[in-house]
Amino acid sequence: MIRINCPFCGERDHSEFGYGGDASIQYPALDAPAKDWIEAVFQRENIAGVQQETWQHTSGCRMWIVVERNTITHEIHSVKPAHPGTKTLLANAGDHQ
Amino acid sequence: MSKYSAWSVFKNGLSGHKNWDRAWRDPEPKTEYDIVIVGGGLHGLATAYYLAKNHGLKNIAVVEKGWLGGGNAGRNTTIVRSNYMMPGNRDFYEHSLRLWENLSHELNYNVMFSQRSHVSLLHSPAAIDGAARRYNTMRLTGSDGELWDLPTLKRNIPHLNYGPDSRFPIRGAAVQRRAGTARHDAVAWGYARGADQHGVDILQNCELTGVQRDGNRVVGLQTSKGLIKAKKVGFAVAGSSSRVWQMAELGNLPIETHKLQAFVSEPLKPLLDHVVVFGVGGAHFYISQSDKGGMVFGGDLDWYKSYAQRGNLPIVQDVAECATSILPCLGRVRLLRHWSGLMDMSMDGASFICKTPLENLYLNAGWNYGGFKASPASGWYFADLIANNRPDPIIANHDLKRFERGCNIDERGAGPDPKLHG
Repeated sequence: MIRINCPFCGERDHSEFGYGGDASIQYPALDAPAKDWIEAVFQRENIAGVQQETWQHTSGCRMWIVVERNTITHEIHSVKPAHPGTKTLLANAGDHQ
Repeated sequence: MSKYSAWSVFKNGLSGHKNWDRAWRDPEPKTEYDIVIVGGGLHGLATAYYLAKNHGLKNIAVVEKGWLGGGNAGRNTTIVRSNYMMPGNRDFYEHSLRLWENLSHELNYNVMFSQRSHVSLLHSPAAIDGAARRYNTMRLTGSDGELWDLPTLKRNIPHLNYGPDSRFPIRGAAVQRRAGTARHDAVAWGYARGADQHGVDILQNCELTGVQRDGNRVVGLQTSKGLIKAKKVGFAVAGSSSRVWQMAELGNLPIETHKLQAFVSEPLKPLLDHVVVFGVGGAHFYISQSDKGGMVFGGDLDWYKSYAQRGNLPIVQDVAECATSILPCLGRVRLLRHWSGLMDMSMDGASFICKTPLENLYLNAGWNYGGFKASPASGWYFADLIANNRPDPIIANHDLKRFERGCNIDERGAGPDPKLHG
């Protein structure tokens, strides 16, 4: 079992999470040429080693996170929210209550 | 190399079976070959065999980093079927099934192909309609397929869970009688022996470490046994396709590597004489019984991208739950082994047998879950592609540019997410 340290909930089994995919993909502008979209939607680097990937804490806070994980050993190097600033936003929302 | 026969078994029995010839040679690599196939799995060995047999080509080598049968050839659930519907898949898998039907004679090697029927359980009227459409397509294109109603299914497989309390009551089944299972190691050994008899050098423990290019040509392969020059090169390394693709500095492929587990139980007396598939409401499970008596079964991918050839425990639990819900009599059966293989999961769930941006490099990849059953036709069409430098019309859309053309072969209709094409 892989253990993922959710930035919002703490360390949990990976079975609480859903796997997204390669987090390094940058989607192009909507009016970008078709070849840029083909590259983003279909082509993958498929790294054997450390990669950035998205997961969603489906059985927890339901937040999307970016996990830096080794695809050969499954060792996790870092976990952070997928949308920077979410944590601050949440903390500030708490202040106003 | 001697031909196997009842007489050869008898004759060798007289000397205590100590004087059998090697099934294939163990040659040292030559400095140059006309064709080098990278990957000594079922697809690579079949390719080498058909290059020599169908096209009369000589001076061929297969390089394999491990030993024959040690990769995905030995990490599957040995199911053979052709119940595909999409153009491209339909003809391809039907051709494969026909090759399977004669494979033991073709190779003079008993691959123990057992056409024991592939029985997909159906749980709703909509599923029965969907299966009718698929199986009618199969029958209209020269294959076999039938629908079993509940009494027929109960007569054939009486011990499935037909109970009133089952979460997904069984309504019937879609059946392909010509489908079945084969002995996976025998397929590797049979193709290896056949290729070797036609003069192919099979180089085990010979790992690809680099690809030497001159412009848009491959000139040589760096291996753990030294540099091997080649006039034509074929990659057949599903599971690791992206890695060799990047060794050739070709960038990205529409593939992610995921792992798939399979399981075998302790041997039991004869219990199940069909391949049974259970797939509804998130469950995904397939099971058959090997000739040794072990229940051989599997389920979903491990759900995250991985190059580790070992499975995770949540899937063991999932698969065990499926097993006991459909065959409650397995509840106290003990698991003997489980293993995991690397799958080239492609963006539409279909494979690639195609030319590449390099003139003399050819690609065979993206086999998803379906590699075992595909191996004879995969070798057949890949050999044809390499020999004639053009794809057969049947595999015309099995190329890397089909996504650009909008010609996805998405049998499951799951969209461009590799992990969903199980």
